[in-house]
Amino acid sequence: MKYIFFTCAVLSIATTVGILFSLASQAWGFFQEIGVFEFLTGTTWQPILKPTSFGVLPLVSGTMLVAVLGALVAVPVGLGTAIYLAEYAPDKARRVLKPFLEILAGIPTVVYGYFAITFVTPLLQTFIGGLPIWNALSAGLVMGLMIIPIVSSLSEDAMVAVPRSLREAAFALGATRIEVALKVVVPAALSGIVAAFILAISRAIGETMLVTIAAGARPNLTFNPTEQIQTMTGYIVQVSQGEAAHGSVEYNTLFAVGLLLFFMTLAMNLAGHFIVRRWQERY
Amino acid sequence: MATQSTKFNPRLEIRKLTGSLYVGLFILCVLVGVVGLATLLISVLVDGLPSLTLNFLTTKSTSRFAEQSGVLSAMAGTAWIMFWTALFTVPVGVGAAVYLEEYAAKNKFTNFIEVNIANLAGVPSIVYGLLGLAVFVQYLSLGRSILAAGLTLSLLVLPIVILASREAIRAVPWSHREAAYGLGATQWEVVRSVVLPAAVPGIATGTILALSRAIGEAAPIVVIAAVVFITFVPATPLDRFTVLPVQIYNWVNRPQPEFQGLAAAGIIVLLVMLLSMNAAAVYIRNRFQKRSEE
Repeated sequence: MKYIFFTCAVLSIATTVGILFSLASQAWGFFQEIGVFEFLTGTTWQPILKPTSFGVLPLVSGTMLVAVLGALVAVPVGLGTAIYLAEYAPDKARRVLKPFLEILAGIPTVVYGYFAITFVTPLLQTFIGGLPIWNALSAGLVMGLMIIPIVSSLSEDAMVAVPRSLREAAFALGATRIEVALKVVVPAALSGIVAAFILAISRAIGETMLVTIAAGARPNLTFNPTEQIQTMTGYIVQVSQGEAAHGSVEYNTLFAVGLLLFFMTLAMNLAGHFIVRRWQERY
Repeated sequence: MATQSTKFNPRLEIRKLTGSLYVGLFILCVLVGVVGLATLLISVLVDGLPSLTLNFLTTKSTSRFAEQSGVLSAMAGTAWIMFWTALFTVPVGVGAAVYLEEYAAKNKFTNFIEVNIANLAGVPSIVYGLLGLAVFVQYLSLGRSILAAGLTLSLLVLPIVILASREAIRAVPWSHREAAYGLGATQWEVVRSVVLPAAVPGIATGTILALSRAIGEAAPIVVIAAVVFITFVPATPLDRFTVLPVQIYNWVNRPQPEFQGLAAAGIIVLLVMLLSMNAAAVYIRNRFQKRSEE
């Protein structure tokens, strides 16, 4: 029996190997036609219309633009929420608020896409004249809403783990409640908080349906949030939904973009786990 | 007293005021999340309730006419996907959890498996879609079928099931295992008749939560199944199919406003399914907790 269970556990490693191998082998065909260097540094992404050009930077910039906008919303809001829940909220309020905010994390992302395109974008259009239907701003703001619970619950866990004695020492020295929260608890929990930020941004980079629906489908090397853009995930969906023929260049680009996406999120997730382990204050 | 206050001025009033201002700011932060969620739910309800008719729930075709479109095919696809995902994920996930908790030696290889599972949980779902497209659809020639999608989603939610099962297994007290060993049970007998029965509620909760994640996923399904009109209820695991989130995506993309109403109605159906699954998970957990306290 032991070996059956062992096989189950090893299947997880097989999954990782499978991801890497399937992405790399299909991307290999692509990189033989178009060099890795051209792919990573080119500034025009035009894979279908002639003349074709395979510079992935516009997709990367679109991805980063939405992720950064999301982080600008979720990092301060999530941190404020976490401080309130960990240091201020009465027990009753916490018991209601926490599960309510967790709902945000459980809503399918296609629903956020619907919300962005039918509610947030028209609302923004009343403030910003000439804002196109598809734009990075609306997707980024809703992305922020979506990743608030990731930031807030991981940061809160880190703050709750700070021992009482540290707080009591600060109170005994005459610190007020806010001083304890901002000058003792937050610094002591900093590694966990930073990891929460990184994991939230990594989630935003890999997020798909929201950006596909709300941000548009035009590869665009820009940092202007009011323009239409396309993310890496959005490109994958755009090509997939039309059933790209197996073996075509178009089909292979899916895996080249997917491989880059995989490495970007993997690097951020490893960094997040590393920070927690390396810089965690131990009490 | 006057000389003392020139030596040390705690400025308590201003510090307390700063504190209250910050608390106000924090509460504002909480409100952003709460109001955002409430707005989302209300806007979906307002848009979707008028289209949510019995006809909508029982119509198969996703035709060009909004009033003749329904979610029956998509709900059938979602149910199929749930079935296959559960069928693959539960045995493998529980097996992996039993190995890691009961059998694995504490060595580098075990540590590697654990780090690997943690990292798999962070891989974007669309990357799993590409894996499924390359391995299940093309290499194993399953085609753009229910089976290929079910296998892909089970890999996607496997880390969730493993994590939940490990926690459930860890919560079984050591004294129970020792009692069984004392009666002469082998390790497998202990796992089968002591550990697993006690861990069933925890495993069930984790499985339901994993499945609720699986049925909300659209990205990997779009990669595997593409966005096509499915005007029939799939009958075999090798049929083509669509699922609720993909059907919603399909409707959101139509320019005509009637289809936005359908999308919102589809979202309500999806959210009600997710809500009832989560309620079931919470119910199982609470019931189990009460019994173990007795």
